Amino acid sequence: MTEPQTRYDVPLTRSRGQEVLHPSREQLVELVRMLRDEERFVMCVDVTAVDYLAYSAPRDLPPDVTPERFEVVIGLLSVRDRSRLRLRVQIPESDPACPSLFDVHPGVEALEREVYDLFGIRFDDHPDLTRILMPEDWEGHPLRKDYPVGAIPVQFKGVTNAR
Amino acid sequence: MPAETVDLTPERQRTAEGLQELAPRKGATAQELMRELGAVLRMSEADAQALAEAEPLPGEDETMIINMGPQHPSTHGVLRLMLELEGEKVLRSKPIIGYLHTGMEKTGETLTYMQGPTNVTRMDYAAPLFNELVFSLATETLLGIEDEIPPRAQWIRMLLCEINRISSHLLFLATNGMDIGAVSMMIFGWREREETLRLLEMITGLRMNHNFIRPGGVAADLPDGWRDAILRVMDLIPPRLDEYDVLMTGQPIWRERLQGVGVLTAEEALALGATGPMLRSTGVPWDLRREAPYLYYDQLDFDVLVGTFGDCFDRYAIRLNEVRESIGLVRQILDRIPPGDYRIQDRKVTPPPRARIDESMEALIHHFKIFTEGFKVPAGEVYRAVESPRGELGCYLVSDGSARPYRMHIRGPSFVNLQTLPHMLHGGLIADAVAVISSADPIMGEVDR
Repeated sequence: MTEPQTRYDVPLTRSRGQEVLHPSREQLVELVRMLRDEERFVMCVDVTAVDYLAYSAPRDLPPDVTPERFEVVIGLLSVRDRSRLRLRVQIPESDPACPSLFDVHPGVEALEREVYDLFGIRFDDHPDLTRILMPEDWEGHPLRKDYPVGAIPVQFKGVTNAR
Repeated sequence: MPAETVDLTPERQRTAEGLQELAPRKGATAQELMRELGAVLRMSEADAQALAEAEPLPGEDETMIINMGPQHPSTHGVLRLMLELEGEKVLRSKPIIGYLHTGMEKTGETLTYMQGPTNVTRMDYAAPLFNELVFSLATETLLGIEDEIPPRAQWIRMLLCEINRISSHLLFLATNGMDIGAVSMMIFGWREREETLRLLEMITGLRMNHNFIRPGGVAADLPDGWRDAILRVMDLIPPRLDEYDVLMTGQPIWRERLQGVGVLTAEEALALGATGPMLRSTGVPWDLRREAPYLYYDQLDFDVLVGTFGDCFDRYAIRLNEVRESIGLVRQILDRIPPGDYRIQDRKVTPPPRARIDESMEALIHHFKIFTEGFKVPAGEVYRAVESPRGELGCYLVSDGSARPYRMHIRGPSFVNLQTLPHMLHGGLIADAVAVISSADPIMGEVDR
């Protein structure tokens, strides 16, 4: 491993040649705002999350970042410099919440709702944090690793006069 | 559905998530209004405050919330829009999606990297080869073999993707014509698209959902007679495009219907994350084939088409002319496609050839194991993006060193582009809503995944 690097006072790593920043939840909004205004990362192309509950390999994180169960992954794009930057934010299981980037990049509205819907990570200050893909009375968050595959309640089970 | 019948009973409101629907505007605070009307882009805080506090004019609060879709013929599948109307004017709108959600990202975690393309190809069903391509590129980057993929495989991938781009844009031209009332265009677009699909069927064996681009290369070499078949279609389509120009581009009714409708500015498109023809129509020359070349696009000569006004007509014209650009690209690829392998010869990711199985027990075991267990991919995470006909199609893969992706996320361009709909519809007429939805060209399979 090379020396720990930082950029904008945030730990920086490289994954397969792609630059990854590891801000904390508290740093996130100001960092993204600064990147938009000063570094011209004008587009937020992707917001997603990963549930590392069942991850068996060692986590690829800089030494001073504490691994947590959830990770919100944000993809930023600079149209001027043709460069990309990825942010990975650690989100603890005990308090699955992340500040919303809506006020910096309004285009994350649907993406953050999707993460909320499928992972149950709340985005504080999001204007309309409702489920987006699943029905609104759905229980659980399907992309969590403790949500089993294919476990849907079977209706009409045990019908006696089945043909 | 009139506003009074929206189910706002306490039981419904008590669910943790709340309603996905658009609620009546009555009672919205200034901050909610500002965010909902896209005021980050358009409205100042003072304006929103004034709007929230203003007494409604007589008759102004007689708005109506109606549903458009999910079974509306112009919503391209199962898109549902809730529109708040005042007469025929659209005051607010909200796209409601999820009707086609089948949990493909969750399914992707249970499939090996070899099986992965069969899953992702069903997302954007109008441009399936791009899904396979981006998944394969991400897998290859994780494996660290992206520089070892044989050139012929990469050129075949480019060839197929450009043919697929033509078919996808022809589908857009057909449905765009149908939505706006040029029903003969639907027949024409569908007819030409069928020609390109026959080409893809000849090469890959299937009209759609090909599962042809796989990690390590492509599934098979090009069949006999492929060059003549492609040249025939590439000669056939340009005169038909000229017919479309006569039928639509220069026609006053068509122009009246599209010009100045659904205007998007470059700032809005960038802030909302819109990509592809949506972004290019606003004048931003952003095409990943040019700006972040993958495969061998940096060796090809093509124009990135941009619009001026960001209206429905620009988006129509960009897609029509991108068909011409893609035909030019296909011709260049035909001239330059090299001989060689169509798959990487690394036995780790490529099963042994069929003939070897008959003579070697080890090859048989290898073949069995690679198809049942798959191949292991080193731990790590990667994001790769390609320019699909609808914009930036991204794939974020996390591997934990096993043969299945730990997490597979597809960033669908339609999903993000849909967010521009409220901005384009706002203040327009309901009759124009059909044109605007159509010009965003959403594919619901990719939106809902």
